[in-house]
Amino acid sequence: MNPNLNRLRRSMMFLNAQKPSLIKDPYIYKPDSIMLDLEDAVAENQKDAARYSLYHALKEIDYRGVERVVRINGLETAHWKEDVRVCVAGRCDSIRISKTESAADVLAVQAEMEKAEEEFGVEKGSILLMAALESTKGILNAYEICTASPLLFGVALSGGDYTKDLQTKITGTGVELAGARQSMIIAARAAGKQCFDTVFTNLDDMEGFRKEVEMIKAMGYDGKSIVNPRQIAVTHEVFTPSQKEIIFAEKVVKEVDEKKAKGIGVFTVDGKMIDIAFYPGAVRTINMAKAAGVYEGDL
Amino acid sequence: MINAVGRDIPQEIIDATGMKPFAGAFARHNETYTKAAPTVRAIIDPREDKMVGSIAEVLKKCGIKDGMTLSFHHHFREGDYVVNMVMEEVHKMGIKDITICASSLGKAHNPLLPMIEDGTITNIQSSGVRGKIGEAISTGKLKGLAIMRSHGGRVRAIESGDVHIDIAFIGAPTCDKYGNMRANGGKSDCGVLSYAYVDAQYADKVVAITDTLVPYPNLPASISQVNVDYVVEVDEIGNPAKIATGAAKPTTDVRKIMMADYCTQFVINTPYFKDGFSYQTGVGGASIASTISLGKIMKERGIKMGLALGGIAGPMCKLLEEGLIEKIVDTQDFDLTAIQSVATNPNHFEITGSEYANPMNKGAYVNQLDFVILASLEVDVNFNCNVVVGSDGMITGAQGGHPDTAAGAKCTIVIAPLLQGRIPAICDECTAITTPGETVDVVITDYGIAINPRRQDLIECMKGTKLPICTIEELRDKAYAIVGKPEPVKFGDRVVGVIESRDGTIIDVVRQIKDYEWDD
Repeated sequence: MNPNLNRLRRSMMFLNAQKPSLIKDPYIYKPDSIMLDLEDAVAENQKDAARYSLYHALKEIDYRGVERVVRINGLETAHWKEDVRVCVAGRCDSIRISKTESAADVLAVQAEMEKAEEEFGVEKGSILLMAALESTKGILNAYEICTASPLLFGVALSGGDYTKDLQTKITGTGVELAGARQSMIIAARAAGKQCFDTVFTNLDDMEGFRKEVEMIKAMGYDGKSIVNPRQIAVTHEVFTPSQKEIIFAEKVVKEVDEKKAKGIGVFTVDGKMIDIAFYPGAVRTINMAKAAGVYEGDL
Repeated sequence: MINAVGRDIPQEIIDATGMKPFAGAFARHNETYTKAAPTVRAIIDPREDKMVGSIAEVLKKCGIKDGMTLSFHHHFREGDYVVNMVMEEVHKMGIKDITICASSLGKAHNPLLPMIEDGTITNIQSSGVRGKIGEAISTGKLKGLAIMRSHGGRVRAIESGDVHIDIAFIGAPTCDKYGNMRANGGKSDCGVLSYAYVDAQYADKVVAITDTLVPYPNLPASISQVNVDYVVEVDEIGNPAKIATGAAKPTTDVRKIMMADYCTQFVINTPYFKDGFSYQTGVGGASIASTISLGKIMKERGIKMGLALGGIAGPMCKLLEEGLIEKIVDTQDFDLTAIQSVATNPNHFEITGSEYANPMNKGAYVNQLDFVILASLEVDVNFNCNVVVGSDGMITGAQGGHPDTAAGAKCTIVIAPLLQGRIPAICDECTAITTPGETVDVVITDYGIAINPRRQDLIECMKGTKLPICTIEELRDKAYAIVGKPEPVKFGDRVVGVIESRDGTIIDVVRQIKDYEWDD
């Protein structure tokens, strides 16, 4: 299994792959993933230039552990196959499939990726996939998409296109996205995949942004697509377990291990009733804290 | 001759200027010297009227002639009209071979270009130059030599007689008929007149130029009537919109905020960060952001700043109002908030350029600084800084108080993004050196922080922190790995400018730029 399949992905920052000044050093802001965009940010007659810029960035720049995801053009375009070739030739970490509507879409990209891996001598399975759901059909097929390939690590909502398909618009209340968000996280969790929320574009409304991140965290999401490094700190803060949560999780893990050995099933930690069902959640908190570099304990 | 920062100073420049090569930032400590003095025309007769009808008339009264040195201050920044209006009259009179001795010149003074080309102006002495004047100097159009001096260095040069001012023209936001000048209350308020004090005291003739004549006596005066020969009233001395902007919005550039946070974290982890500490910072985005973030921590920890020094901007005044600063000691105001603060807040004081930074007086304010936060165009691996010459070889900046504060502060921090576009800011060798590395303690970039190995104490202080400390060589390597090592700019042989160290020695020279020639 690719060790990156379930890596920490709290923030996924969009960057226009055609802009050298943007893609030369986004790692200094320490996002978990960057999303090098060949799709909407790049003008139709600049697609080839963006691929050149992307290829050289992937080959030359040490992104210091930040995951390099590339958003390729949609399967309805003439660009996506060449996009996939460049992604593989440059050895990105993951490919984001735009406008995914079915398992067949995922498999088509996977087949093209495997062809390119053959061509460039890249180890099979070393590059992962993720799917962007941008239409009502995509949302309805979320589970099918999530289970289409073992290389697919997760799904992301693309709110702009989705609301157009829904014949509404982004209102700022979240009501128009509520169904999609719920459907996606349920499908992703059922398939054991990660789930990422859409972008929040009003950079002046940091309070609104924080609320949205807190909401999707509460819904179960793994992370958020972001458009500016200003959004990283808040996203990471919300998605990183607090010291209080870490200490509690640590106690749960230790107590469950100890009590299990003694044959005790239910007990209390800090006044809260705890049983074995709390164990996976506590382990997840500790793992997340470790991945985020904030765990100082001995588990 | 190779000077103490390793720069080759041509012997003919040493001979022509009589200046010595730089020997170290503190080499002239304890030296004694005798100050120069102006020639004063006594005004005993109370019937003498100091008011003069026009610039042309006052030039005649002052005995303007070829070869004179005329001085100006730069408190009106890019909104200044005074330099151009005086020089236009000088030009009309056909006067040649003028030396301009200004505390600084900027793009506002682009209209001087034809006067440089036709020999009206043949020498320029300034903190720095930008725009067309910088290009004119760098491309060899100025017939004489440009001398770039720090704010403290200029006062030293005037007081020691290295330069003698024949006529000082002092733009005054308000002035009375007998020459008492203030920096507040007029159409073109600039807050303080700090850099003009030395001109008023050491020039043979002193002319006040104002657009707001006020009733006598205009008190408290920044510059007193006892030093003023004539007063000229004109329509406008400056463009208020360019003299002072409104309160700058805090930057939203995450890179700058990140560097500002590094800076604040560095500051608070030094032993100097304690109640009563002294601090100076610039006006750039990262500097302003660091003032704001430092203010928050001061509040949290109950630590007050005893002294805020230097060029002042709104965020510093806000901390004064909040009671987090005891006293602001001011030499220049960058925005309307600062201008208003110095006029109204009893703990916000105007000082002279000499008090601020003159290295050869009996102790300037900069000597009492704990921290100074500076910027730089380039920093070399020996921590030498360049704030005057662009990486393209063109003169495009000003020393300001950079070398003065760096030498004075206990902890000198330079903030510079590692890359300025495609140019590495951390490099093997600066295009020019303005501030010696022995006075620079820390360089903060967006990629990491380097501490000068001379400061093992600071290296030790940062050991427990999460700051990304590395060596300056590592920063240079990171920069070169991203954008490559640029080929050096090609210069000709002719020296067009001298970068004077604050103590009057030559720290570097600037040569005429040469067109790039492609290798075959």
